[in-house]
Amino acid sequence: MSEGLFTQLLDLACGIFLLAAVLVLWRRELAAMVRVFAAQGLALAAIAALLARHEHRWDLLGVAVLVAVLRAGLLPRLMRRALVAGGESAETEPLVNVAASLLAAAALTLLAYAVARPLTELAPSPATRALPVGLAVVLIGFFALVTRRRALSQVTGFLLVDNGITAVAFLAASGVPLIVELGVSFDVLFAALVLQVLTARMRAAFGGTDLDDLRELHD
Amino acid sequence: MPDALLLTAPAAAPLAVAAGYAALGWRRTTAWAGLLSPAAILACATALAARVPTRGPATAYDGLLRADALTVWILLGIGAVGALACAASPAYLAAERTDPVSARRYGVLVHLFLAAMALATLTVNLGVLWVAIEATTIVTAFLVGHHRTRAGVEAAWKYVVICSVGIALAFLGTVLVYYAARHAGIPESRALDWPTLAAHADRLDHPTLRLGTALAVLGFGAKAGLVPLHAWLPDAHSQAPAPVSALMSGVLLAVAFTAVLRHKVIADAALGTGFARVLLVAVALVTLALAAALLLAQRDYKRMLAYSSMEHMGLIALAAAIGTRLATAALLLHMAGHGLAKGVAFCSSGHLLHLAGTTRIGRVRGLLGRAPALGAAFGLALLALLALPPFSLFASELGIARAGFNAGLGWVVAVALVLVLIAFAAIAGRGARMLLGAGPVPDAAPARSGVSVWLPLAAGLAVCAALGITVAPLGDLLDAAAAIGGH
Repeated sequence: MSEGLFTQLLDLACGIFLLAAVLVLWRRELAAMVRVFAAQGLALAAIAALLARHEHRWDLLGVAVLVAVLRAGLLPRLMRRALVAGGESAETEPLVNVAASLLAAAALTLLAYAVARPLTELAPSPATRALPVGLAVVLIGFFALVTRRRALSQVTGFLLVDNGITAVAFLAASGVPLIVELGVSFDVLFAALVLQVLTARMRAAFGGTDLDDLRELHD
Repeated sequence: MPDALLLTAPAAAPLAVAAGYAALGWRRTTAWAGLLSPAAILACATALAARVPTRGPATAYDGLLRADALTVWILLGIGAVGALACAASPAYLAAERTDPVSARRYGVLVHLFLAAMALATLTVNLGVLWVAIEATTIVTAFLVGHHRTRAGVEAAWKYVVICSVGIALAFLGTVLVYYAARHAGIPESRALDWPTLAAHADRLDHPTLRLGTALAVLGFGAKAGLVPLHAWLPDAHSQAPAPVSALMSGVLLAVAFTAVLRHKVIADAALGTGFARVLLVAVALVTLALAAALLLAQRDYKRMLAYSSMEHMGLIALAAAIGTRLATAALLLHMAGHGLAKGVAFCSSGHLLHLAGTTRIGRVRGLLGRAPALGAAFGLALLALLALPPFSLFASELGIARAGFNAGLGWVVAVALVLVLIAFAAIAGRGARMLLGAGPVPDAAPARSGVSVWLPLAAGLAVCAALGITVAPLGDLLDAAAAIGGH
């Protein structure tokens, strides 16, 4: 693969990756959010695969497969199961309306580019120049987490943060060592499982998954 | 004994006990088997304590597991508080009449929790350290939500979401440290290895490391109960079963803070001591102020103990900010003393809950008259937490204050002392109201506590007091551990 083609494909994958995060903020139906999240997982796997091809590191190709299975397969399936069990289809009115959310996403992306400048300057290459995209997704994930009122959309926010960090790891240093990558993947999978069980318990105890109901504990 | 065994057993023994509970369930006979894991941890830590200060760190599996003096000190704390919590569990579960399924799950999860904390302490790979600390969140989630009440579910949800997201920041920090290390020419297999990073810290890129350290302090600080991501702590500590609260407050906070210390050593070597100091002073003072303010308004004794944990973690962060050898020695002594005292306080608060049927401070009166043994244990644990002699927190708080003045941070220490004084007044006033005076039913016969209730509590208090009188048997270890974190 030529250098130019590699850069173009990498930028395309990173663009889809960022766009998916913005779409999560845009869509209100929970099912659509899960589909967008799965697409983002595929984009992340594509980033890993492109880096593997470019650097001739075939172990990274295995990691790309792992990422695809976990983030485009297992996690969306878990979320869909929670969705079917819950019978709730749409986000209630979020704390911040959609138009303002999209503007916030734009501001957060600019912020990510500003913060990441020293990181890019350390070793300029097509991959590190795309690194701010990962940070932007981390910030957008945080934003979704604090402004959404349904349990499932909060989980989506958490997983967006995690996708973003994984993207930063790939773009900055071709991913963390395999043992750490495996450990992190298991942790994320188990955290999602735990949150799914807790969502079911929440439904049993509160009759819904509106996080505004969580107000028993305070000072 | 070979190093590999000493380093593997502290994590492997709890895993084996957890598997045992999964297979056999929680019964009258198996309840006490839980003591096997803390016993194994204590035995390994003692063996390591005898040789690490003189012969240097022990390593195994190509450096993946490593025990230096700091590791051994924390491991002793895990073993001691673990023993306290595991010894208090049978009486707690029996009094709560937990059903067999929940009891089995409790046995499995508590020991997985111990294994994850032992692994977090023994690994030097910063990535594996992160994985182990996040694993503690996952295994304790259902322990926090042990009572499936609305409050229990709410506490568990907040706990998992805030801790997972908070600690995700620490992972981003770890990734940035890895990026800086790879760029400095450290090979991939060693780029997350703590001793290698500490040795080659001068080669790491400064802006990248600065961002990475700040994220690590915020992220692991979330797990250590430090501002701004502390909101899970009072809910989780007040909802979890008492022995689990004891473990979470007594050791989990310390283990998470050790991760901050490890990152700080790298940052200090690369960036000078100023950067981490400013960051930690800010976090420490805000944590102390928040804890003091919320203690003043507290009406629930389990939440009171939780905010007291935040107060002590604030002091520990302050000691880390001071960062001299004296401050670091005081910090480590404070971790140990707080772990033991808070362990006793939470375990006795569990029995207190069964006795009084409420966690409201206002509804508990004359505890010393109603249940003398339990009241004495709870009261003494509160005195220890208020840092009164002979308990070791007196010596360590004095040490932190002295180190602060020596290091030219007098005004910070002065502000911190005022905040500690406010917390002191709040806890002392509420404690006195609960313990003294006449009970709600005058002339009732005092409730007697069985030996399985008071013996672990008395042992914990005795060790905490012994540490306050002399650290001589552990002096070498403490010195060596302080040399790692301090300068």
